[in-house]
Amino acid sequence: MLDQDAIDALKDLGEHIAAARPDAVKSWHVKTGELTVFAERDHIVNLLRFLREDPQCNFETFIDICGADYPDRSERFDVVYHLLSMRMNHRVRVRVATDEDTAVPSATAVWPAANWFEREAFDMYGIQFADHPDLRRILTDYGFEGYPLRKDFPLTGYYEVRYDDLEKRVVYEPVQLVQEYRNFDFLSPWEGMTSVIPGDEKAQES
Amino acid sequence: MADTAHISDMDDRKFTLNFGPQHPAAHGVLRMILDLDGEIVTRVDPHIGLLHRGTEKLLEYKTFLQGMPYFDRLDYCAPMNQEHAWCLAIEKLVGIAPPRRGSLIRVLYSELGRIMSHLLNIGSQILDVGALTPITWAFEEREKLCVFYERASGSRMHAAFFRPGGVHQDLPQALLDDLSEWCEQFPGKLDQIESLVTENRIFKQRNVDIGLVDEKTIMDWGFSGVMVRGSGFAWDLRRAQPYECYSELEFHIPVGRNGDNYDRYVCRMVEMRESVKIMQQCIELMNKEGPGPVLLPGSKVSPPRRGEMKNSMEALIHHFKLYTEGFHVPAGECYAAIEAPKGEFGVYLVADGTNRPYRAKIRAPGYPHLQAMDHLSKGHMLADVSAILGSLDIVFGEIDR
Repeated sequence: MLDQDAIDALKDLGEHIAAARPDAVKSWHVKTGELTVFAERDHIVNLLRFLREDPQCNFETFIDICGADYPDRSERFDVVYHLLSMRMNHRVRVRVATDEDTAVPSATAVWPAANWFEREAFDMYGIQFADHPDLRRILTDYGFEGYPLRKDFPLTGYYEVRYDDLEKRVVYEPVQLVQEYRNFDFLSPWEGMTSVIPGDEKAQES
Repeated sequence: MADTAHISDMDDRKFTLNFGPQHPAAHGVLRMILDLDGEIVTRVDPHIGLLHRGTEKLLEYKTFLQGMPYFDRLDYCAPMNQEHAWCLAIEKLVGIAPPRRGSLIRVLYSELGRIMSHLLNIGSQILDVGALTPITWAFEEREKLCVFYERASGSRMHAAFFRPGGVHQDLPQALLDDLSEWCEQFPGKLDQIESLVTENRIFKQRNVDIGLVDEKTIMDWGFSGVMVRGSGFAWDLRRAQPYECYSELEFHIPVGRNGDNYDRYVCRMVEMRESVKIMQQCIELMNKEGPGPVLLPGSKVSPPRRGEMKNSMEALIHHFKLYTEGFHVPAGECYAAIEAPKGEFGVYLVADGTNRPYRAKIRAPGYPHLQAMDHLSKGHMLADVSAILGSLDIVFGEIDR
């Protein structure tokens, strides 16, 4: 856990970013010792470039881009950027919301390393990135269809592969489960109980 | 007679080569499309994902504890280091910390993992450039380390030893004594390997000034770990953003000067010696401080001890609930990173208050390193590709996830 000084420093940094780029920053907060900035999609590249070049931020090292899926929201996807400053020794997380059709401007112009990470987010979630030089699938099979990390994609997938000894090649077949995948709902009703048990208040009075 | 007129029209210097996915120098299942101009590499297009197992998807369907063994299977050269990142992420959200002895065991085994990974990498990098002997010497030592893994966790490789809130079992005193004995003799074994390789003319010809990494490359391509330190930057998460008890241990951070393959090899060699020092300090501290809990006692994330379960109904219920339902992690998000042998290994964890992660993104250090293959290899000779690949220290378990 970070001490109070470090958290205060992160809060100052958050204020600095929000003040310098009011058009791009929707809101920000410091939780569990980490600074998260919620950004406007259209201004994300400007914000990232600012984070990289501003001497107080100095987030030069690119760490990660990933997608996340929240199907209940109107803009269901989040694109989450993690950045690090080796000189200032601090980190930031930037979150941008988008949906299936709206492209997020690509960060490849700011960090070339964003290339594969955006390809992965596209591969896993179907998130589109505008001005990406080479938006191909990356981790899934050649010719794969669907976006496996979306919440509505089944864990087992749709196709399974096996080597067919008669045809002497690998064949693709629809998944056949011998047993239904067991997905238990563990949200225990016991957790819902209030801490006051009827009658307990009498014991405290006496 | 076949018409061969069209051949003379083609540029016979330019051709495309398919490297892998079953090439011994590919360090796993990597397919690379190499565009060559004569023997000069003009473009590298790595095709990854041949080992993709959907770890992140699987994690969303498992409890936090059930997800832990998947991390052994990421970077399988140093399995426990990956578990460490997962445990740290959970601990950050739950707001707990392991007890003292648990923390020391974690650090001890993380450093052991670092040596395991570096031994494998150094051995195979030397093998890639043509020396057959050192890898057998490295593997002899690595084998002993696997036995130490087995004696702690019951498994030579996929340990599943770390737990949120500590480690699963305490180490017996005999194991600590043997580890300390091993630490005594290991630097001598490194000297032997170095005497063959470090000043070797052929090894230097193949590695000096190959795969140069400068500051801009580090920043642009998201490098971490030895790839940064090899170029002269003393960036190490163990020192810069210390976790566990690293802040009270004494160790040096070796840095290179030129940022080429050779410097990275030397860095890894020195890092192993530093890791041995850290291990010795941990063992010394454990011997001095004596026995204690290794897993946070009396918390909802750790099981009750066997003896307790024989007498206490509560403990029995708790045990049952922990291994069926698992523990609930409060809603929130966090990013926890460790200095893995290959660089910064991070876990971005989103919890929604249930017993399962809502989203777990694994940030593997090898992923951006391999991505930079095109940048690093451009203009080099074909034979340098495998030398650069060897010094990137990539493992497909973590890249493909």
